[in-house]
Amino acid sequence: MSTSDPIWFTPPPRPSRPPAPPEQPEATQVDIRIDGQPARVPGTMTILEACRSRGIDTPTLCYLENLTPVNVCRVCVVELAGARTLAPACSRKVEAGMDIQTNSDRVKLARKMVLEFLGSSVDLSTAPQAQSYIKRYEARPERYGSDVETVDQPVKIDNDLYVRDYSKCILCYKCVEACGTDAQNTFAIAVAARGFDARISTENDVPLPESACVYCGNCIGVCPTGALMFKSEYEMRQAGTWDETRQTKTDTICPYCGVGCTLTLHTQDNRIVKVTSPLDVDVTHGHLCIKGRFGFEFVQNREENSGSDG
Amino acid sequence: MDIRVHGPKAIAAERAAVDSVLGAPVPLTGHAARSRRDLLLPALHAVQSRFGWLTPGALNYISERLTVPPAELFGVATFYHLFSLTPQPPHVIYVCDDIACRIQGAEVRCAKFEAEFGPADNPVAKNGVTWRRSPCLGQCERAPATLVIEAGEAPLSYSLLQEEGLIPQFGQPRLRLLRRIGRVDPESVEAYRSDGGYRALERAIQLGPQEVIREVIASNLVGRGGAAFPTGRKWDAVAKAVARPHYVVCNADESEPGTFKDRILMEGDPFAVIEGMTIAAYATASERGYIYIRGEYPLATRRVDAAIRAARVAGLLGNDILGSGFSFDIEVRRGAGAYICGEETALFNSIEGKRGEPRNKPPFPVQAGLFGKPTVINNVETLVNVPLIILDGGQAFAGVGTSGSTGPKLFCLSGHIVRPGLYEVPFGCTLREVIEMAGGVPNGKQIQAILLGGAAGTFIGPEKLDVPLTFEGTRAIGATLGSGVVMIFDETVDMTDILTRVAAFFRDESCGQCVPCRVGTVRQEELLARLKSGKTIGTKADELALLKEIGQAMRDASICGLGQTASNAIESALANLKLPIL
Repeated sequence: MSTSDPIWFTPPPRPSRPPAPPEQPEATQVDIRIDGQPARVPGTMTILEACRSRGIDTPTLCYLENLTPVNVCRVCVVELAGARTLAPACSRKVEAGMDIQTNSDRVKLARKMVLEFLGSSVDLSTAPQAQSYIKRYEARPERYGSDVETVDQPVKIDNDLYVRDYSKCILCYKCVEACGTDAQNTFAIAVAARGFDARISTENDVPLPESACVYCGNCIGVCPTGALMFKSEYEMRQAGTWDETRQTKTDTICPYCGVGCTLTLHTQDNRIVKVTSPLDVDVTHGHLCIKGRFGFEFVQNREENSGSDG
Repeated sequence: MDIRVHGPKAIAAERAAVDSVLGAPVPLTGHAARSRRDLLLPALHAVQSRFGWLTPGALNYISERLTVPPAELFGVATFYHLFSLTPQPPHVIYVCDDIACRIQGAEVRCAKFEAEFGPADNPVAKNGVTWRRSPCLGQCERAPATLVIEAGEAPLSYSLLQEEGLIPQFGQPRLRLLRRIGRVDPESVEAYRSDGGYRALERAIQLGPQEVIREVIASNLVGRGGAAFPTGRKWDAVAKAVARPHYVVCNADESEPGTFKDRILMEGDPFAVIEGMTIAAYATASERGYIYIRGEYPLATRRVDAAIRAARVAGLLGNDILGSGFSFDIEVRRGAGAYICGEETALFNSIEGKRGEPRNKPPFPVQAGLFGKPTVINNVETLVNVPLIILDGGQAFAGVGTSGSTGPKLFCLSGHIVRPGLYEVPFGCTLREVIEMAGGVPNGKQIQAILLGGAAGTFIGPEKLDVPLTFEGTRAIGATLGSGVVMIFDETVDMTDILTRVAAFFRDESCGQCVPCRVGTVRQEELLARLKSGKTIGTKADELALLKEIGQAMRDASICGLGQTASNAIESALANLKLPIL
């Protein structure tokens, strides 16, 4: 020990985030072909990941990075040489020698039809992603005529925090996953009935306040069509004041507890209208609790009550 | 997991019904309680059968005992059409109005029931009875079919035609699969053994597991449920699988419209099914098997249940079978009104107490099947072939039939035919020969159409009568054998009405999981209705082009075989038959 060493111990700097999991052995690389182009990708990748790593934009509706793939919407299907049916890119892992077509006639037809089926049965007015796919694949939901079965039904408003409009539900299972083992482990909702009558439901369809719901709002966070919506957003849309072009997003840290969840505050006219969390943040993976998601009213109340305090 | 239930607490009778399945309440929680989730469906059956519907108190009690969240339990309960979530009378009569029964007066019968008991699905009992329409009940040989499901303290469910008809080929000496039906007491293990039963199992144990699999591979036996996958390859893959335990599952959820072979096998020769399963288990080192029987088959369920109990007593199931050191046991599971549960992975989910939604493949059942473990799943008829293979040798079995289709095969003849029923022939017979065997078309009428393979199969015209009923023969004319359905429609039938019923069947039976099938089956049905009424969007040609696109999307992009085949029958009818809507 040299004399210049201090006599007290200096702790190492604290890690800024939880320790990373132990390094995995590097995945074996496999050779595949995507749209005729040879590619070498890790064997642990899904076809979707392989496509995205090659810059091939593959549409998805029921897929989200922070949830287990359920491959139910079938809009991501691709053609595999030698396979009888198309394969869902979101869940199917690549295999050595796979010959993947992402833009063949069969793929384009299947994607177009899936979008027509959804467009003709579900209200996609608050689902910009689905609408853009409809344009891209030249789907024409209107060609089934006006006399078709739809999932149209009254909006469910049974609590102060969020609204459920299942006329807009494409049954992607994401909210059930987020309410279950993929995030919240609350199991307040599940898919009930079957076939075209299948729907997201609490037990016996009881109102949310009577169910196991803890209002984390993670179902809203993952909903791709606006079927689940903040009540604040719903009311502004009803009043015609919701305007995303006038909204700004600000990342901050939740003030409530020590976990330190990243919040993205969506503000319009200097008022918080919605709170989300980025999917790629280690702490939340996009999921929050009731306090982070809905506990922002005090900010605006302070403004209103004491005016000059800002 | 905290289970939060609300609403009524279970009363004593409700608890007793559930406890009859789950056993007396023990303070199980968490994983220990949830590990018994495979008893969820039996518990629901117990409640339905005791009270005639799933009472809120009983559902809450099941939730608590198995720690299954109420919302999830509700999702499972509402999946199955034999369960009612609202009160209904203790007697429910299911009247089949599916295709085989439609052409034998199902609508007349429905009208009769309506006059007697009021409108279908009437929640208010008239004389303690309500009735409802049903998809194929698997009794097409005695169409029109009806099934009475009772509820109460000692309910007995039965088909309205109580007597078991003899099989048309009864007494013929060359029968293999059907040789015991009507001749050997299906309730006596002694009778079965003295007729040569269990000799195949003894032989299998002498041969050893690997040799058994070699014989099955040599026999070229392929699955008789519809998909025709080589049985030996399935067994081999499971036997070699490292993960443990292994399971054997018998798929007895026969629901393909026009199919009734598995019911007759289970009712008439249940020990043969059990022996086949036991040999499968021995070959693949499985200790536990499940037989999943369609909920609409009460007699088959009783017979198989009794046979399993008798086999246990005789030391033919349980520990150390025949002194070989090999242990195996079988549990019966009843379906609850869902065609989709005949799809193998949906069947696994159903046994596991989940919604009967198919899983994406891969992984295949031999890799990750029941409870995520390597699983052999075989159809009833497939398993009944197994003892024959072991006794005769795989080579000899492969010598029967054609090179591509080996062994004996059962065909379910129904519709306009003189002697409807189950027929056994060696592979290779032509369609014409089988129809003549059953007496041909009654009243000197001409054949308009034949449905091969059920609702997921193909319609062909009378010009194809000389097609050999083999896998390769039917494939060559763009048809399928499927589950062995041969349904005859004479010249008087309104085929548009039949197609509309097929379309309605798939809409009703889609699980709703994937978009192509959930919405595609509805759009297909709507389109047929437009063609029928003449209120087409654009021209007829436009509609037919759209129908093709709907079919293509369902075939290509659906998760499972239901969606992938939901347009087969309709598209084949439009292509092969002369229909007035065209």
